Amino acid sequence: MSALIDVKGLDKAFGGVNAVEGLSFSVDAGQIYSVIGPNGAGKTTLFNLITGIYTPTKGEIHLNGESVVGMEPNKLAERGMSRTFQQMQICMNMTALENVMLGRHLQLKSNLLTTLLRLPSLLKDEEDCRDHAIELMKFVGCGEYIESDASAMSYGALKRLEIARALAADPKVILLDEPAAGLNGTETAALEALIKKIAAQGITVVLVEHDMKLVMGISNRLLVLNYGRKLAEGTPEEIRNNPDVIAAYLGG
Amino acid sequence: MLNSFMQMRLKGLVILAVIILILPLFMSNPFHYDMATQIAIIAATVVGLNLLVGYAGQISLGHAGFFGIGAYFSAVMTSNYDWPPLPTLLLAAALVGVIAWIVGRPILKLKGHYLSMATLAVGFIIAIIINNEGWITGGPDGMPVPSFSVFGWELSSFNQYSFLGMEVNGYKAWYFFAGLLLLLAVWVAQNIIDSPIGRALRSVHGSEVAARVVGVDTARYKSLVFVISAVYASLMGSFYAHFTGFITPHIASFEHSIVLITMVVLGGMASTFGVILGAAVLKLLPQVLADFQELEMMMFGLILMLTMIFMPKGLLPTAQKLLKKKMSRKKVEEQA
Amino acid sequence: MFAEFIQYLFTGITIGATYALVALGFTLIYNASHVINFAQGEFLMIGGMATVSLLGMGFPMPVAIVLAVMLAGIIGVALQRFAIAPAKQADVVTLIIITIGASIFIRGIAQLVWGKEYHVMPNFSSDEPIRLFGAVLNSQSFWVLGIGALLVVALVLFFTRTLMGKAILATSMNKDAARLVGIRTQMVLMLAFMLSALLGSMAGVTVAPITFTAYDIGIMLGLKGFVAAALGGLGSGVGAVVGGLLLGVVEAMTAGYISSDYKDAVAFSMILLVLFFMPRGLFGSRVVERV
Repeated sequence: MSALIDVKGLDKAFGGVNAVEGLSFSVDAGQIYSVIGPNGAGKTTLFNLITGIYTPTKGEIHLNGESVVGMEPNKLAERGMSRTFQQMQICMNMTALENVMLGRHLQLKSNLLTTLLRLPSLLKDEEDCRDHAIELMKFVGCGEYIESDASAMSYGALKRLEIARALAADPKVILLDEPAAGLNGTETAALEALIKKIAAQGITVVLVEHDMKLVMGISNRLLVLNYGRKLAEGTPEEIRNNPDVIAAYLGG
Repeated sequence: MLNSFMQMRLKGLVILAVIILILPLFMSNPFHYDMATQIAIIAATVVGLNLLVGYAGQISLGHAGFFGIGAYFSAVMTSNYDWPPLPTLLLAAALVGVIAWIVGRPILKLKGHYLSMATLAVGFIIAIIINNEGWITGGPDGMPVPSFSVFGWELSSFNQYSFLGMEVNGYKAWYFFAGLLLLLAVWVAQNIIDSPIGRALRSVHGSEVAARVVGVDTARYKSLVFVISAVYASLMGSFYAHFTGFITPHIASFEHSIVLITMVVLGGMASTFGVILGAAVLKLLPQVLADFQELEMMMFGLILMLTMIFMPKGLLPTAQKLLKKKMSRKKVEEQA
Repeated sequence: MFAEFIQYLFTGITIGATYALVALGFTLIYNASHVINFAQGEFLMIGGMATVSLLGMGFPMPVAIVLAVMLAGIIGVALQRFAIAPAKQADVVTLIIITIGASIFIRGIAQLVWGKEYHVMPNFSSDEPIRLFGAVLNSQSFWVLGIGALLVVALVLFFTRTLMGKAILATSMNKDAARLVGIRTQMVLMLAFMLSALLGSMAGVTVAPITFTAYDIGIMLGLKGFVAAALGGLGSGVGAVVGGLLLGVVEAMTAGYISSDYKDAVAFSMILLVLFFMPRGLFGSRVVERV
C-alpha cells in the first residue's frame, strides 16, 4: 500500500528560527496517525505546511503520489485534504448549518446565472446540501443546534461543528488540530468515539493532540516531535517504550 | 424549517413592496416623488455595494466612479450619438464589469486595505477624466441626458400616462419604476446571499482561512462580488442619469463614494433592508439639516460620528436587537 | 531648461515634504490601531487656520504656531478618546466611517469659526524669493524642508531612544503582549493620535504661506498623504517619507511638463501601478499570516 501523505526532508524557518527541521514521515491511507510533542514542538506549523497555509522553506510533500508543495489550501481541498484548527475558524456571521454547508462548497456547482435568478436546479442542489449538512451535524453530535447561529453555540459544540464542516467536503484525509483541547471528560470520550467512527468510514485521520490517553487509545501510529525534529515514530506500544520519548516527557 | 430564511426573504420583499405602494399616500408634490425616486435608485446601488462591504467584508472607496461611468456612458451615447438607452445601459454595465475585473483581480489576491486604496484611486481617475474632458462630458458644468425609453415607449417625468384607465403623471410613473428596480435589486442580492456563492462570500468575511481550507478560491469570489457590486452601481448610475435628466461630475466624486459606503455602514452592514434605510436617512438628512444653514455640516458630521460610535452595527440591526430584547422580556413577564 | 527643471523639482520636494508628514501621521495611527484616519488632513487645516487667526489677534508668530499646534494635538487626543476608543469593538469599516464623520464635524466647526474664504498667512521669514540655478524659489520652501527634516529626525530619535516611543512600537507589533509587559495601550493609542496631529499641524503651518489655507483644504491634502503612505507601503515610516517626496515630485513634473489638469490623476495612477506590480508598496513589510 502506498502512502497517502508522504513528507520528506521538510524545513520551515521563521526569521532564521527553524520551527520544523529535516522532517520525514508518511501516513498510510485508512490510518489514525497522531502527532505529539511538547508545546512549541512544531505540530501546528507542520499542519499548516501540509495544508498549504505555509509554504515550506525546503522539502517535499506528496499527497496520493502528487507533489503538493506550494499549492494553495483550496487546491489541496480539491484533492481531498480537510482540516480543523487549534484556534477554531468558525464563520460567526453565519448559522451553524450554513457553516457545515460551506464545507460542501466544492461539491456544489455554482453557476452565476442560476444563482442570480434562483433557478430550480439551484434549489434542488441546495436542498440536498442542506439535508447532507443536517445529517453531518447529527453525526458529530450537534443535532440540537441545527437552527442556531454559530455565535450562539458552546465551545465544545463549535469544536464538533468544525469537524462536521471538515467532513462535509467528503475528504480523503482529515487533519484535526487538538480537537480535545478545552473539552471535559465526557466530551473527550464522545470525541474519541467520533474519531473512530470517522476512521471507520475509510477517512484517514491525522491528529495533533495533547491528551495522551486519547492518543494512545485510538492511534495506529504516532510521530513524536521535539524542537521541530522527529524524536520517534511508531505504534503506540513502540512509542511508550522508546527511551528518547520517555526522557523527553519525563524531563530526564 | 428549511424555508425559514426563504420566508424571511419573502416577508422582507413584501414589506418593501407595500411600503413603496403606500408611500404615495404621504407624498403631495412632485418634489417628494423626485426625492423618493432618487432614494430608490441610490438604495439599489447601495444594496449592490453591501454585497461587497457587508457580506464579503471588502472596502470600496470608489464606487461612485462606477456609478459615474454608467451615468456618463448612457448620457454621452444617447445624447451625442443617438444610441438607444437600454442597450447603452447594458453595454455600460458590461464595460464597468470588465474594468472592475481588471482592477479587482490582482488586488484582491492581497490581504488588507489594498482594495480601498485601489478603488479610491480608480474612483478619482474616473472623476478627473469626466471633469477634464469637457468636450464630451460638459466638464464641471455637467450635461443634459435624454429620457429613458424602450421600444419607442418613453419614460419621462414630464409626460402623462394612462394606465388601466388611470391617468398617471410622469414623475409618479418614474417613482413606481424606480421602486420596481429596487425590488429587483433586492431580489437578486438575496438570491446571491442565499446560495453557495453567497456562503463562500460570507465565509471570506467570517474566516478567510476556513474559507480557503474548504476549497473556496477566495480571490476569485472577492473579484466576482466586486464586479457584481460595480455592475449594480453602473446600472443604477445610468437610470439615475435618465431620471434626473442632467448630471454633473459630482456623482462620480470621492465625496459621493463616501456617501455610498456610509449608507451601507450607517444602515447596517450585511443587512439588505438596513442599507436601504441607510440610503433614505442619508438622502433625507441634508434636507432636514438645511434649515440649520451654516451648522449643517457640523451637525451632519456629529450625527454620523455618534450613530457609528453608539450603534456600530448600524441602524436597522441595532433596532432589531432592541426589539428582540423587548419582546423576550415581555414573554418573560407574561410567563411570570 | 535646467532652471525650469530645478523649479519643478523644488516645488515637488516642498509639497512632497508636506505629504510625507501627513503620510507619517497616517502610518503612526495605522500601526498603533489599524485605523485609517481620514481626519488626518483636518490637522493640517487646523494648524494653518489657527495660526492665521492667532496672528490676527496680535500674537507673535512663534507663539501663534506653538498654540495652534497644541490645539491640534488636543483635538487629536480628543478624537481618539471620544470617538475611536468608545467604538473599539467595531469593524474596521465602521472605524473608518467614524473618522470620516469626525473630519466632516471638524470641517463644519472650522467653517463656522473661520468662514469659507481663503486666508493668507505671511512667510516665516522674508518674502524675498531666492534665486538658484536660474530658478526662483520661495523662501518659505526652505522652512518647509528644514522643519520637515527636523521632525523626521525627532521622530526617529523618539522611537529609538525613548521608552514612550518603544512602547508605541511594541503596541503596534503585538497589543496583547504589550499589555502583558505593563504598557498601557490606551495611553499609547492616544499618544499616537497626538503625535500624528502634531505632525499634521506642523505640516499645515509651514506650508500655509505657500498654498494659502481654508476650512476645506484638509480633504485633498489628507488624501494625498494617504496616497503617499500607500505608495510607500502602508505602515512603513521610511515608505511614508519616500512616498511623500516621490508623489510631490511626480506631481510637480506632470503639472509642469504635461498638464496641470491631470496632475492628480498621475498621483492616483501611481498607486494603481504600485499595487499591481509591487503590492506591498515600496517599503511595505511582508507579514506572515498566523493561524
